[in-house]
Amino acid sequence: MRLTIHKREESLGWGALVVYLGALALALLLCAGLLSLYGKPGLGGLLILFRGAFGQSYSLTDGLAKAIPIFLCALGVALSFRMQVWNIGAEGQFALGAIGATWAALTFSGWPGYILLPLMLLSAMLAGGLWGLIPATLKLRLGVSEIISSLMLNYIGARLLEFLVFSVWRDPASFGFPMTAEFSPGGLIERMAPGVLGKLHWGLLACPVAGVAFAVFLSRTRLGFELAASGEGERVARYAGLPYGFLVLLVMGVGGALAGLAGCIETSATLGRLQPTVLTGYGYTAIVVAWLARLKPVPIACTAYLLAALRVGLEVMQMELQVPWSFGSIMEGAILLFVIAGQFFLTYSVSLGRALPVCAGGAGETAATGEARP
Amino acid sequence: MSPELVIALLAATVQAGAPILYATLGEMISEKAGVLNLGVEGVMAFASFAGFIVCHMTGSAWLGFFAGGLSGVALCGLHAVVCQVFHGNQVVTGLALAIFGVGLSNFFGTPFEGQSTQGFTPLAVPLLSSLPVLGPVLFRQDLLVYVCYLLPVAVWFFLNRISLGLRLRAAGEMPAAAAAAGLNPRALRILGTVLGGFLCGLGGAYVSLAHMHLWTTGLSGGRGWVAVALVIFAGWRPGRAVIGALLFGGLMAFQLRLQALGTNVPSTLLLMLPYALTVLVLVFSSARAKGAGKEASAAPAALGVNIEPEV
Repeated sequence: MRLTIHKREESLGWGALVVYLGALALALLLCAGLLSLYGKPGLGGLLILFRGAFGQSYSLTDGLAKAIPIFLCALGVALSFRMQVWNIGAEGQFALGAIGATWAALTFSGWPGYILLPLMLLSAMLAGGLWGLIPATLKLRLGVSEIISSLMLNYIGARLLEFLVFSVWRDPASFGFPMTAEFSPGGLIERMAPGVLGKLHWGLLACPVAGVAFAVFLSRTRLGFELAASGEGERVARYAGLPYGFLVLLVMGVGGALAGLAGCIETSATLGRLQPTVLTGYGYTAIVVAWLARLKPVPIACTAYLLAALRVGLEVMQMELQVPWSFGSIMEGAILLFVIAGQFFLTYSVSLGRALPVCAGGAGETAATGEARP
Repeated sequence: MSPELVIALLAATVQAGAPILYATLGEMISEKAGVLNLGVEGVMAFASFAGFIVCHMTGSAWLGFFAGGLSGVALCGLHAVVCQVFHGNQVVTGLALAIFGVGLSNFFGTPFEGQSTQGFTPLAVPLLSSLPVLGPVLFRQDLLVYVCYLLPVAVWFFLNRISLGLRLRAAGEMPAAAAAAGLNPRALRILGTVLGGFLCGLGGAYVSLAHMHLWTTGLSGGRGWVAVALVIFAGWRPGRAVIGALLFGGLMAFQLRLQALGTNVPSTLLLMLPYALTVLVLVFSSARAKGAGKEASAAPAALGVNIEPEV
């Protein structure tokens, strides 16, 4: 008896959902185990987490509010992952977006909202986009791996943000706390309906716009098709005469702009000023989201909400059980690891049984062709 | 700068370079076997805690050190299972491992925040330590640094002269040919990942037990990412990794010294330096590779490329 692996002829359909739920359950089981190892109720802790994430009056609106930056960053990440350009830099581009928005908000603080807000969005997207273009340029010009360079720029961006908040932009009236002055009313993104919709704010509008643009770009434009065709890697793309260099600049620039937009929205709507606490790892969560959703827009929206809800639940669990915030990273990492393993069953089927005599003698074909595709 | 200060800085450079060298060599073994493990940062973060906590509970620095190595084996074992058994994408799996490992370390480490540990203490080598300059710089270190002096040679010997090491490289260069020759490239890749993970774990444990002598969250401070970059910088050659490790060790020693002296340069900008240097190092390596006209030829041919399952 031995395991035989076959490539699936047709997609798993609803079976895929079973695979995902199974992987999710296993990952959460592991997390519950770690939680009880920490001396807290394992499954009970998760129950508190889920009640906070989905069962409270504020759950939905708070979750949606947190899903906004995750969704925007994840779209950008997905864009580059689709052509196997590994942009890990969403967190740094998000930071630069926050910096760009703050610069505009502090410089033109006297201007009315209908000019100031677009200006902030623009300068945030520009800052984030340019930050994303650095690794893209290094990759194209010198062949520098974008994985490490974009990641290093996360750290550099975060330090830059701290530097600005601790020195040049520090509010003299903040009693030494590292924060800028509050933005003028024109620079604030308002909540939709504070009494009814909790923390949900008008920044949500950016999501359908960006999501639809993403979907239309990929399915309706020539450049979108070329991007999809570049998914097989650089050599294939160049051989096929596709504008590979331009596409790399495009996905990294647009990805950076989207993350920058998220940074602007988060700074303006949630904090109303710039503080180092604006960086909570949305850019890394976005990578998890993009991959879980297999780089498709609608699943990205759903997954972004799901992981945002887990963050809401985590806040509740943190308060009730005094569990460190880093439990969130454990959950995200574990879920991603289990789902990656589970995705194997979407591409291949495994059957237990005696291998056919024809195959039994042969060593089998072991070929290393092409990189693993999402 | 006085000669004493220079010598102190050089000694600190060697010490700060040690954990980076452990991790760089670990990642190199993994990559030589064809596995791009981007989880080093998570592995080092968790190992630095595992080393601390075992030393804290047993009182034995050596047990802590090996616990660090074993925690590296465990985490990289996860990477091996996901990528070699379930054919997961190596880049994303590595990132997931980095997120997971850093989370684990911060989660379990929170209650012990700021606690110090005895760990390893310097052990002067008789005779050699009384050499001028070289003595205090190289031979008044802790035992793990001395291990470090031999490690690049050992890794080189393993990869170039030992049959298992050569097989490992075959799995990283041409897994199909390796399979045709009767080897099991998948098992070899698992071995490479886990063996590399052991070294990365040792590097992580070094940070808490011998370098900083304390536990605090975020102790690994990006060293894992530096290690991944240094493998490229070293052109996958163990000897060159030493240069890279010393470069970063020097920068970190310099940075600590400056912070201690108190300068006008804001500390947030100083903290940027290692990350900026990492990018610079990559730019330099790529420009050099391009200048030599052998683009990326030093990298194992099947690096990051999964072995397709037999169907």
